[in-house]
Amino acid sequence: MDEHSGGHGNGNGQASISQLLEERGVSRRDFLKFCSAMTAALALPATFAPRVARALDEVKRPTLVWLEYQSCTGDTEALLRTANPTVAEIVLDILSVDYAETIMAAAGHLAEENLDKVLKDEKGKYLVVVEGAIPMKDGGVYCCVGGRTALDRAREVCGGAAATIAVGTCASFGGIPAAAPNPTGAVGVRDAVPGVTVVNMPGCPLNADNLSALVVHYLVFGKLPELDAIGRPLFAYGKRIHDNCERRAHFDAGQYVEKWGDEGHRNGYCLYHMGCKGPETFHNCPTQRYNEKTSWPVGSGHGCAGCSEPQFWDTMTPFYRRLPHVPGFGIEKTADRIGVGVAVATAAVFGAHGVVSAMRHKDTSDETKED
Amino acid sequence: MRKLENRYVWEVPVRATHWINMLSIVILSVTGLFIGAATTVAHSTSDYTMGWVRFVHFTTGYIFATSVVSRIYWSFVGNRYASWREFVPFVTADGRRRMMQTFRYYLFIDRTPPDVVGHNALAGATYLLVFLLYLLMVLTGFALYGQYAPGGVVSRLTGWLFLVISNQGVRLAHHLTMWLLIAFAIHHVYSAWLMDVKEKGGVISSIFGGYKSIRVKG
Ligand code: HEM
Ligand code: SF4
Repeated sequence: MDEHSGGHGNGNGQASISQLLEERGVSRRDFLKFCSAMTAALALPATFAPRVARALDEVKRPTLVWLEYQSCTGDTEALLRTANPTVAEIVLDILSVDYAETIMAAAGHLAEENLDKVLKDEKGKYLVVVEGAIPMKDGGVYCCVGGRTALDRAREVCGGAAATIAVGTCASFGGIPAAAPNPTGAVGVRDAVPGVTVVNMPGCPLNADNLSALVVHYLVFGKLPELDAIGRPLFAYGKRIHDNCERRAHFDAGQYVEKWGDEGHRNGYCLYHMGCKGPETFHNCPTQRYNEKTSWPVGSGHGCAGCSEPQFWDTMTPFYRRLPHVPGFGIEKTADRIGVGVAVATAAVFGAHGVVSAMRHKDTSDETKED
Repeated sequence: MRKLENRYVWEVPVRATHWINMLSIVILSVTGLFIGAATTVAHSTSDYTMGWVRFVHFTTGYIFATSVVSRIYWSFVGNRYASWREFVPFVTADGRRRMMQTFRYYLFIDRTPPDVVGHNALAGATYLLVFLLYLLMVLTGFALYGQYAPGGVVSRLTGWLFLVISNQGVRLAHHLTMWLLIAFAIHHVYSAWLMDVKEKGGVISSIFGGYKSIRVKG
């Protein structure tokens, strides 16, 4: 990583966070701002900020390893491509990143040795971040690192960790590699490595500020935050996008974009009609936003694609329509056209039946009832 | 010798839930279609058009659900024509024979309409299907509704659905089932008319007043 954290574990006598940051030109003020931002991200009262700062200063820096499998590296990018001094950078400084395929200096068997060393020396104490899906088909041969399958290595590394954080939708739920027909049998970490503690932080990409907040929570409270039924921390995935969206007033009013670039679009109306999946997606994008809170998809005029939900590529498509296509019918058949067809066919059948019935005589009851 | 008799068939709860269901389905379909195909209707951002449409949909949803549950309850305590047994004719050989009989009448094979006081067997079985569709609507509807408050009572009761089917799948099921209910309504009104004419039991007026006129052997 850098001169402070690269490859020396979290041995004793390490410098405190604030010392480290000072050396890197991050002021005390910026550090406190970071603590406030984290306190807010975790939905803690603002009065917690000083406590977060104190705790971070005293904490022992845990070792972190970052495994990367079937992914586009978007989550690594999200974490690194930020201006300084950023929240994400500070977190990288807090952690001692001993292995990260994309960014580490070591290569080849030396790198793998580093990882083996962590597994041995830090057993049960280190954190693992997994980026990307893990293929299961044919013994996992479709993704290998250092001659070993991702499946095999992930089971070993995650098995010995204090906790595993699956970043991005692919690591959480399989994501795009797992989209139909899923040729490699890709799955998320929870399915590939059953029985270990996995926190899912889906998103395409992951929101780096949420990862920072998760790590801060872990450091300050010594445990993972509360998770939902599919392993996502509630502080970031506990509310629906639609319920926090800045365009929501237009939704409730009844003002919708109906064509790209129409007047409604220029006026910032709601994107529901254009297939926005905000009503189906749980994420804090509207409040946390991306790229240092600059914007997010709906903020910049494009509907939500539901990227942080399980199987989003298969179930949220078509992205520009409200409802999915009906299985078994032609691609362009919408639910309503099929529905109207059913209703019309019913009316036609019974209408014809009625005509015949009206012409038929002597088929009436003698009014005697079976009782 | 046959005597003409006015038999009280449909008790008040049966008729009340029938009409509440019908009105609810009309309101839920109209508001639901608007929710699904939202177009700009408001003149100003301070309007609340979609807000009210959804409010009506959800309130009617609660009324509909209550009515459906009440009718199911009544099928255990009401009279024999309201009983749950009326809806499962296919479990007995005799019931299957009576279903076939009605079916043959519908296909113009036989000329004797089903001569029954309550539901004919085929109708009874159809209503079972319709009630399953109602329950599906209530389940999917409340599951969608519960999402605004994860961890709340509604989402605790229905959230498991999203672990079984995708979110969009639930929405599609909710939407498509509406069309099945609309198709059923078309068939239902027609069949009521047909049986009113052919059975001569006053089935249409019976769902208003509760009485059917019958002649019993004896
Ligand atoms: C016969 C009964 C019902 C019919 C015909 C009906 C119809 C519909 C339709 C067509 C939609 C639009 C779906 C879409 O295209 O996205 C909808 C949405 C919805 N319905 Fe129903 N519905 C019924 C019962 C219920 C019940 C019992 C509830 C429970 C409260 C309910 C709650 C909802 C919710 C929450 C939505 C989504 C609204 C939104 O996304 O803003 N529905 N309904
Ligand atoms: S833009 Fe999307 S998330 Fe926002 S209010 Fe409209 S439908 Fe909901």
